[in-house]
Amino acid sequence: MNEIVVKNLSKTFAQGEQNVEALKNINLIVETGDIYGIIGMSGAGKSTLVRCFNYLEKPTSGEVLIGDKNLGELSEKELREERSQIAMIFQSFNLLMQKNVIDNICFPLRLQKVSKADARKRAKELLEVVGLSDKAKAYPAQLSGGQKQRVAIARALANNPRILLCDEATSALDPQTTASILELLRDINKKLGITIIVITHQMSVVSEICNKVAIIEKGQVVENGLVEDVFNHPKSSAARELILRGDDNKAGGTVETLNGERKIRIVFTENSSFEPVIANMVLKFQTAVNILRADTRNVGGVAKGEMILGLPEDTELQENIIVYLKERGLEIEEVTGDV
Amino acid sequence: MFDSQVISMLLEGIRDTLYMTIVSTLVAYVLGLPLGICLKVTSKDGLKPNKAVYALLDFICNIVRSIPFLILLILLIPFTRLVVGKSYGSTATIVPLVVCAAPYIARMVESSLNEVDPGVIEAAKSMGASNWDIVTKVMLVEARTSLIIGATITTGNILGYSAMSGTVGGGGLGDIAVRYGYYRWQTDIMIITVILLIILFQIIQNVGMKIAGNLDKRK
Ligand SMILES: Nc1ncnc2c1ncn2[C@@H]1O[C@H](COP(=O)(O)OP(=O)(O)OP(=O)(O)O)[C@@H](O)[C@H]1O
Ligand SMILES: [Mg+2]
Repeated sequence: MNEIVVKNLSKTFAQGEQNVEALKNINLIVETGDIYGIIGMSGAGKSTLVRCFNYLEKPTSGEVLIGDKNLGELSEKELREERSQIAMIFQSFNLLMQKNVIDNICFPLRLQKVSKADARKRAKELLEVVGLSDKAKAYPAQLSGGQKQRVAIARALANNPRILLCDEATSALDPQTTASILELLRDINKKLGITIIVITHQMSVVSEICNKVAIIEKGQVVENGLVEDVFNHPKSSAARELILRGDDNKAGGTVETLNGERKIRIVFTENSSFEPVIANMVLKFQTAVNILRADTRNVGGVAKGEMILGLPEDTELQENIIVYLKERGLEIEEVTGDV
Repeated sequence: MFDSQVISMLLEGIRDTLYMTIVSTLVAYVLGLPLGICLKVTSKDGLKPNKAVYALLDFICNIVRSIPFLILLILLIPFTRLVVGKSYGSTATIVPLVVCAAPYIARMVESSLNEVDPGVIEAAKSMGASNWDIVTKVMLVEARTSLIIGATITTGNILGYSAMSGTVGGGGLGDIAVRYGYYRWQTDIMIITVILLIILFQIIQNVGMKIAGNLDKRK
């Protein structure tokens, strides 16, 4: 079933004299139960797009359908009701600083006129879901970033939403905390069947939890589909860049000296095992290859790896190596420029 | 040191001063708080931007605030007479005090509300909060520390202005200070009234700041 359908959506901001075209003719379909990643560089229009999903930002043209409702056709009041079905979490958590944890979680319930007692009961359940039962009386200022995001998630779940929008929800967190929050999101998706949209600029976040991904660049979707497909066969240069660049914190400094070399990227799929192929290749050709990067990740629940090799200078040898690797069922791709 | 007549006069002065200060502050807030909220809501990045309304409110606030209090006091005499029936005494002083303080309060409220994290407002919107919900349940609550500090400063200022109105027969401690100190050269009584004003001011400041501090959960 289609949960979110975006049709020909454009958004232009009038900024003084000139217009900023933040989004250009976006078309997307998110299905029920998806964890859909939207990835792009800073300023690409990710936040603007996700804010169109709940009409916090009104598109300049185009349509957003949630389930069977066209958000553009709803009255203010109907829109507010619909929004209680579309929860959102943010990079900066956006908790009410003057309310304690339990009152923060009660807040959306009280907005929907749930009685105080019922709201408290539900809030306690939710604190258990996010593993913060002992912090009910604490104020946000007394919590760590990860704990704040857990509270924000509990608050987002309060009204049993169908959709959860996450705008850079883990960007302010360290890698370990990020992993635990992503784990929680995956759990929520599995157990509660909530469709999740994950906005990020980190490929690792997408490969960690998403099943589908859209890559946006300068306000346009340049590529979208199953994470595996996009990851294994990136078509757009933006996708390639995001995948090759990997995590910001992993980007290596060893690359510069190797620029002149011919480089290939090998992708290991489920049936190719990692070590022996390379080792056997080296043994067979009696030549050294430069391993510029080796990385295994969890892509859509399947262990995947990629490796970037710098090939020896001999062109004939290069071709032989490529043929050899292809014969063994590996995806090979030329890499140009910086790795 | 003083006979019982002077003491009872001073006590009455304290009572009148507190009466003017407290009633003026309350009435001024009844006008200034909604005005400040309107300023924030209609401003460019507000919940319901409205250039015309904002410009009008902005203009009124600036005009009133740019008139010196003593001039305002005199300008308003006909209006004061209309409202309370006379133009001198404590109750009459409340009128110009309110007119003077309300726009000032509106500005304070606007700037307090400006401090509320826009992200939190956005989060509330995403939960389906109406503008009324956002003002009453998010902005005023999140800004309460700043609002109370503003109210404390305002009350202190009104106390000072109420004393100033003594020069034109406004009643209260300021009135006593002017009558005895200025016209009759009884410096001791004047000094006592000044000390009493300082003490009142300090009490207001300390209580207000304490409440603001205790209510702040951001630390
Ligand atoms: N309210 C606004 N007024 C004018 N321009 C805006 C507004 N909001 C966004 N933009 C512009 O739209 C473009 C996309 O912004 P957006 O915040 O969606 O990017 P993003 O992909 O979320 O970036 P980041 O990763 O830095 O959060 C930017 O060029 C930005 O300057
Ligand atoms: Mg953004």
